[in-house]
Amino acid sequence: MLAFLIRRLAQAAVVLAVVGLIAFAMFRFAGDPVNQIVGPDTPVSERAEIRKSLGLDDPVLLQFGRYAGNVLRGDFGISYQFRQPVTTLLAERMPATLELAFCATLFALSVGILMGVYCALRRETFLAKLFQAISLVGVSLPTFLIGILLIFLFSVTLGWLPSYGRGDTVRIGGWTTGFLTVSGLKALILPSITLGLFQMTLIMRLVRAEMLEVLRTDYIRFARARGLTTRAIHFGHALKNTLVPVITIAGLQLGSVIAFSIITETVFQWPGMGLLFVQAVQNVDIPIMSAYLLLVAAIFVTINLVVDLLYTVVDPRLRTSVGRTA
Amino acid sequence: MSARMDDAAEAPDAPRATPSRLARFLGSDLWLNFRRSKLAIGAFAVTLLMFGLAFAAPWISPQNPYDPAQLELLNSNLPPLWNPDGQSPFLLGTDDQGRDVLSAVLYGLRLSLIVGMLGVVVSGFLGIGLGLVAGYFGGALDTVIMRVADVQLTFPAILIALVVDGVAKASFGSALDTNATILLIVVSIGLSFWVQYARTVRSSVMVERSKDYVQAARLIGLSSPVIMVRHVLPNVTGPVFVIATINLALAIITEATLSFLGTGLPETMPSLGTLIRTGNRFLFSGEWWVVAFPGIALAGLVLAINLLGDWLRDALNPKLQ
Repeated sequence: MLAFLIRRLAQAAVVLAVVGLIAFAMFRFAGDPVNQIVGPDTPVSERAEIRKSLGLDDPVLLQFGRYAGNVLRGDFGISYQFRQPVTTLLAERMPATLELAFCATLFALSVGILMGVYCALRRETFLAKLFQAISLVGVSLPTFLIGILLIFLFSVTLGWLPSYGRGDTVRIGGWTTGFLTVSGLKALILPSITLGLFQMTLIMRLVRAEMLEVLRTDYIRFARARGLTTRAIHFGHALKNTLVPVITIAGLQLGSVIAFSIITETVFQWPGMGLLFVQAVQNVDIPIMSAYLLLVAAIFVTINLVVDLLYTVVDPRLRTSVGRTA
Repeated sequence: MSARMDDAAEAPDAPRATPSRLARFLGSDLWLNFRRSKLAIGAFAVTLLMFGLAFAAPWISPQNPYDPAQLELLNSNLPPLWNPDGQSPFLLGTDDQGRDVLSAVLYGLRLSLIVGMLGVVVSGFLGIGLGLVAGYFGGALDTVIMRVADVQLTFPAILIALVVDGVAKASFGSALDTNATILLIVVSIGLSFWVQYARTVRSSVMVERSKDYVQAARLIGLSSPVIMVRHVLPNVTGPVFVIATINLALAIITEATLSFLGTGLPETMPSLGTLIRTGNRFLFSGEWWVVAFPGIALAGLVLAINLLGDWLRDALNPKLQ
């Protein structure tokens, strides 16, 4: 178990180091950093001086070391567009993205599990077939198209929900939250559905398939023979056993939700990290791009690690086999 | 089975073999399966229609949407023809610059399909090549390629495409013209989707490598590249077709998303994604047709290709038969 833990930690460190190298290469070699600081008519001598003061003439390895050191201390450089530290910009926008990702995951899990269970238990009904069709459309349609469709229906035509922004937010310490105001909650609905729809269809299909599988097993037949109520069999035995893979997928998808919020945040002009990143790509703001890349990599690696470890905790069979191979 | 499909596709190049190969295809399980599945026939028909429309766009559209001289501001913001305010020949209405929406959609469809297919070709070449090399040679080369694949697989493709796009823009600056932008998007898509091909091809190659015919080819002194390309490759292409079909839909979505985010094709040469991006602005002023028709075209295209890919995967899966 300890060997497994160390090996996984080492793998995670390698992945982060590789992404860090890419982020550094972007930071250093994509475009000339000096050009981003000075005006077009700055003399060459002054440019050389700035180069020197930024340490751009040092050996590349030394520069990478310095960059890595800065990143570890939470310093990602200064944004070209905003002339502010990237760390401050990202920290300001992180609550918006995390709240959106949380609501989207909540939506995906609750609705996905409900629909999946229904589809498995009432396989031949019209509603189940409708859910299946919706899931196919949900997987196929691009996220931004779904967002536009929702805006058209609920904002333009019906006028029920806002189409952009976070509504009123409340500031608690360094965290701005939209959970405490009515307009903030209303503003969360459409973006959460847009962002969570793909994961919802995924979870629905997974729960349906797993349920159908489990319902065929012997212990379900035995539970029926014992005379348990259908409700107890379906929800106490069958559903419980389908939830392990569902939790894994939901956990692994959390990273994707955060990354895919780029698109949803653009559609709804949601002031989160994804929108910041898209604006950075449009305006060639390399420090923000590399910082975001590193941040997402860190989130992904952490989630993968935690899910792997949880797996061994939840399922004792894995613990022994993993211990043997490691 | 996939090999048979392959032959049918090559039939025109080999006229003497045509009857037998065509007959073989018509007698195959794949064709039977296809004729029995209404969904597959429908999806195939829609896909074919979309390809036909895209191919014929320059001849059937009433207007060339890339030519500013053909745009008349007097014709701007016209609703579709069935609306009382609609005007002929603008069947689906016009946008704020007097551009015919139908023509824009047809040309956009053409561009989306071209970029999507080129993206699939680039990612396919890259993935198949790396997969072949990794599977055939094994060892350190294999480890490096597959580790890179693992790392990349943890990131969503759209993020990689965005980063490649942004870095290229930073490096080349404003020197990029429209053709270079298209190329850039194709490369970003190619770099984002190669992993699946590489993994599939690698695992098949590792099985093939130890078979007698490869040993025989080695014994008669053929070089590794020749064995890989001429002997191993034809035996591992089956699953690649399924991945390519599904990836075509993904590539089209990725291009549309990049364009929608404003980092893809410019407004002077709009793909479906760019059209949706520009049309989105008019949603609130009531000009719904500017965004609705490109959206429907994109959704229909992607859905049809996806259904076709799903069917192909099931039809070629021996476990399900």
